[in-house]
Amino acid sequence: MNFYDYLSFVYGALSTVGVSFVAIIVGIPLGLGLALLRWARIPVFGKCAYLYVSIVRSCPAVTLIMLIYFGLPQFGISLNPFVAALISFSITATAFNCEIWRSSLLAFDRSQYEAAQAFGMTRWVRFRHVLLPQIWRSSIPGLINEMTLLVKNSPAISVIGLLDITRAAQRIGARTYEPIPPLLLGFAIYIIIVMLLIELQKRLETRIRSAGI
Amino acid sequence: MNLTDFQIIYDERETIYQGIEATLSLVFISGVVSVFVGLVLTPLFFSKVSWLRKAVEWLCSAMRCSPFLLFVYVIYFGLPSYGINFDKYTSGLVALIVYHSAYMAIILRSAWVDIPADILEAGTAYGFRGAAMIRRIIGPLLLMRSIPMVGNQWIQIIKDSAYLGIISVVDITAAFNSIQSIYFNPFVCFIVAGLMYWLLCLLIEFIVNGVAHYARERIA
Repeated sequence: MNFYDYLSFVYGALSTVGVSFVAIIVGIPLGLGLALLRWARIPVFGKCAYLYVSIVRSCPAVTLIMLIYFGLPQFGISLNPFVAALISFSITATAFNCEIWRSSLLAFDRSQYEAAQAFGMTRWVRFRHVLLPQIWRSSIPGLINEMTLLVKNSPAISVIGLLDITRAAQRIGARTYEPIPPLLLGFAIYIIIVMLLIELQKRLETRIRSAGI
Repeated sequence: MNLTDFQIIYDERETIYQGIEATLSLVFISGVVSVFVGLVLTPLFFSKVSWLRKAVEWLCSAMRCSPFLLFVYVIYFGLPSYGINFDKYTSGLVALIVYHSAYMAIILRSAWVDIPADILEAGTAYGFRGAAMIRRIIGPLLLMRSIPMVGNQWIQIIKDSAYLGIISVVDITAAFNSIQSIYFNPFVCFIVAGLMYWLLCLLIEFIVNGVAHYARERIA
């Protein structure tokens, strides 16, 4: 493997991490919004959120990304591949995060919320200081797990011609006729990314415990 | 997007049947086999032979860190350099089975740890030990307790099977991709493909709920 091969790994790692990171940043608040819609039992919107989550969760990453990248230009919206990848992963992350938030909302004791209401706290204060700290704490493991899932699904971006770690490894293997070494190197990069995420989870958990929320 | 797009999909149904057949057979075979392999791997987590235990733990955490597509490439492009050649369908199937067996083993292990100790003690008191204990007492309990998680993993298998289009196995996604590349109706094609995956997942959910209902009365 020459210098350019290593460089392509760096590019690949950047796009893998970039896509997963943006998807998480978009997916956490949107997922929370959807979960709150279902939690508040708003008639039509709650059902819509349920349908959205059910369909998107069962759609493979490859299919969704091809739908966005090849399908939308039929309506005159042509996207650059990277943007298409960001949109498709954000859609998936929103659906998965909605389920994670929802399970911690189900575990949350509604009577606390009603007590806050009885004390005359405004809707925002109730959300920010009563609800959010508790559901945030219980959904951290799920959210980190979802991030590792996103990283593991990121090779799907190679179907629309983007360079990610897996595709970089495969291309180098096809050129040098030695597929195993680049694949192992790619695997090592994934291990590092996943380890970093697990480390992040530990950090967040100890910080929350020491803050004593 | 108009009706003729759907008409085209109907006219090309032969290709789609092929895709559905490939996806269904891949998912069914690997779904069943990976549960059995998982059942074989799980006791090794508690083995007294330390290298065996280490090997299984290492295998499972390696699979957890690796993306499925990377693993498919290892099987499809990597193994031939060691003289092991599979065709594309078989390498897809092997990849699905090996990759998801590791996940099944992890799922079953966590269910194993959760089995109440008194049931195991009662089993020992009735003279069960070793293989008979696993087959008669732990095994059924393990399967019934872990069925919701196993169902989630089956859904993951369905989603991962779409990656096999990249090594040109004609599954549902690849079938619709080939249709849209001829007729230029990508939106309808991929929407229909997505809905097919959705129906498949609903079917799995339905089956899992049925089994979970049956299991609930029996899991102690």
